[in-house]
Amino acid sequence: MKALDQVSISIEQGEIFGLLGPNGAGKTTLIKILSTLLLPTSGEAYVGNFNVAKEPNKVRRVISLVSGGETPGYGILSVRENLWFFSQLYGLSSSKAKEEIARLTKDLDLGEYANTRMSKLSTGYKQRLNFARGLLNNPKILFLDEPTLGLDVLTSKKLRGYIVDWAKREMKGTVLLTTHYMAEADEMCDRVAIIDRGKILVCDSPLKLKEDLKENVIIKVEVSSVQADFGFMDTLEGVVGYSQTRSIQTDTTTLKVMVRDETVFSKITSKLQEQKLKILSESKAEPTLEDVYISLVGRGFEEDAGAASA
Amino acid sequence: MREQLIHNLRAAYARLWVRVKGGNREPQWLIAEMIIPILTLSAYIYMYKTLEAPPAFAGFVIIGGTMIAFWANVLWNMSAQFYWEKETGNLEIYFVTPISRMAILLGMALGGIVNTILRAAAIMVAGILVFQVPLVINEPFTALLMFFLTITALYALGMLFASLFLMYGREAWHTANLFQEPVHFLSGAYFPKSLLPDTVQLVASLIPLTFGLDGIRQIVILGKGFSDVWIDLVALTVFIIILLPLAKFALDYMENLGKKEGRLTLRWQ
Repeated sequence: MKALDQVSISIEQGEIFGLLGPNGAGKTTLIKILSTLLLPTSGEAYVGNFNVAKEPNKVRRVISLVSGGETPGYGILSVRENLWFFSQLYGLSSSKAKEEIARLTKDLDLGEYANTRMSKLSTGYKQRLNFARGLLNNPKILFLDEPTLGLDVLTSKKLRGYIVDWAKREMKGTVLLTTHYMAEADEMCDRVAIIDRGKILVCDSPLKLKEDLKENVIIKVEVSSVQADFGFMDTLEGVVGYSQTRSIQTDTTTLKVMVRDETVFSKITSKLQEQKLKILSESKAEPTLEDVYISLVGRGFEEDAGAASA
Repeated sequence: MREQLIHNLRAAYARLWVRVKGGNREPQWLIAEMIIPILTLSAYIYMYKTLEAPPAFAGFVIIGGTMIAFWANVLWNMSAQFYWEKETGNLEIYFVTPISRMAILLGMALGGIVNTILRAAAIMVAGILVFQVPLVINEPFTALLMFFLTITALYALGMLFASLFLMYGREAWHTANLFQEPVHFLSGAYFPKSLLPDTVQLVASLIPLTFGLDGIRQIVILGKGFSDVWIDLVALTVFIIILLPLAKFALDYMENLGKKEGRLTLRWQ
C-alpha cells in the first residue's frame, strides 16, 4: 500500500497552503518527508529550493514543525527554560533568544506562565508553548501538522489567527498546514489540496473549490432514528455524494446530501419515508470544503473515520 | 564551519543544562539516588566484615558502588534516552533542527557526568566516613587521568548504545535491564575481578568499566601508581578511540535507516 502516490504540489512563498483529508490520507507522511523526518521511496521534494533527501541540513535551517497533540519539551522545566533550550538548538545568541522568548510569550499570552513548569500547563497552553517553540527561529517555512488537534474553540481561534497574522506580516512565512478540520482550512488557507488515500484529488483556493459546486444542490436533512440506512443513495441517479452524522443522544441522523438538481431530493424523501423515518428538518446549505471532498469521493470525512476505526 | 561548531556547542551546552537542571530540581530524586547505592554497598561491606575479608575489600566495594552510579546513568539516561525523547515528541524536534545529533548526545553525556559526579561523590564520602576506609593516593594525577578515561569510555559506550536504541520501542527498556546486572557482576563492582575464572575475565575485558574499576581501586585503595595501571589506561584509551567514531557511524546509520523505514518518530511500539 502506498502512503503517497504521485503527489505533485508547488507552494509559493508567503502562501498558507492546506492539505485537507481524512485520517490516514497521507497528510502527515507528506509533512514528514518535507521536514526531513522521512525519506521518500521515489520522487523528489524541495523545500526552500533544497532537496529534502540530499540537503537535509539546509532544509532544517529554514523550517520549523509544530504538531498537534504533541508536547515537546521537558515537564520539569518552566516555559521560559524550555524555550531557551529550544532556542539553543536553533543557534540563537543569548540576547536574541531572550528577545524572541519575551516577544513570543507575550504574543501567545504565555507571559504569566513563563515561570510555570510545563507539566503544570493545560493542554491549550502546552500547545501555545509548542507554537512559540516552532516560531523561535523565525522559519521561512512552517509546517503545521494538525496544530489545533484536541484544543478548545477559543485557543484554536487564537492560534489560527496568530499564524495567519504571522504569515501575512510582510509576506513573512510560508505555511503548510495539514488538518481534517474544514473550517480551519477554509479560514486560514490561500489554497487547499484535498488528499485521499495518498493522492491529491484537487488543489485550488477554498473559494474556487466551493464555487465549482454551485451547480449542485446541497441539502441537510435531520431524520429520526440513529439507525437510518442510507445505502440506497449509492445507486440513486443524480446523487453526487452524501455524509451522515449520527447522534445517539438525540436518536437522530443528520444527512447532508449533494444532488444534481432538486428533483432528485424528492426521490430521497420517498425512500426515507419507505423506511418509516420521520424527517425532522430540512434546509439548503452553502457548499463547504467537506462538500468538495464529498463531491470527489462520494462520502464524508466521518465515514472515513468510521472505516478507519472499524 | 566555525559557525556550525559554535551552534553545535550551544546545543550541547543547552542539553547539558537541561539534564543538570532537571536532575537536581526535585530533592526526593536526588536523595533516593544517593541513599539506595549506600544501602547496597553497606550490605556488601557488612558481609565482608562478617567473613573477615581483608579491609581493602570495603574500599573496593565503595569504589565499585561509586562507579556503578555512572554505569546506571549511562544505561538509563544515555542509552535509553532517545527512546524517552521519542515518546515525548522531543526526538522529532531534535531531528528537524540543524544540529549535529552528536551534539545532543554530548550534552546528555556531560550533563549525566555532572549529575552523577555529585551523587557519586556523596556515596563515596558517606562510605568512607561510615566505614572508616582509608584512601592511599600516591599519584593524584594518575587517579584523575584514570577517572577521566573511565568516564569518557563509559559515556562513549552510552553514545553508541543511544544510537542503536534510536529506533527501539519498549525493547530499549528490557535491553537496558539486560545490561545492568551482568555488567555489575562481570566488572567486579562489589568484589575484585581477579576472583573470577580466566574465561569470565576475558569476557569482562570487553567492558570499559572493568578496566576503570580495576585501575581506580589500585590507585586509590592500594596506593599504586602509573607503572602498575598503565595497561588499564591503554585499554581505556583504545575503547575511547574505537567507541566514539563507532557511535557517530551508528547514529548516522540508524537515523538513515529510521528515515527509510519510517520508524524514527513512530511511537508506542
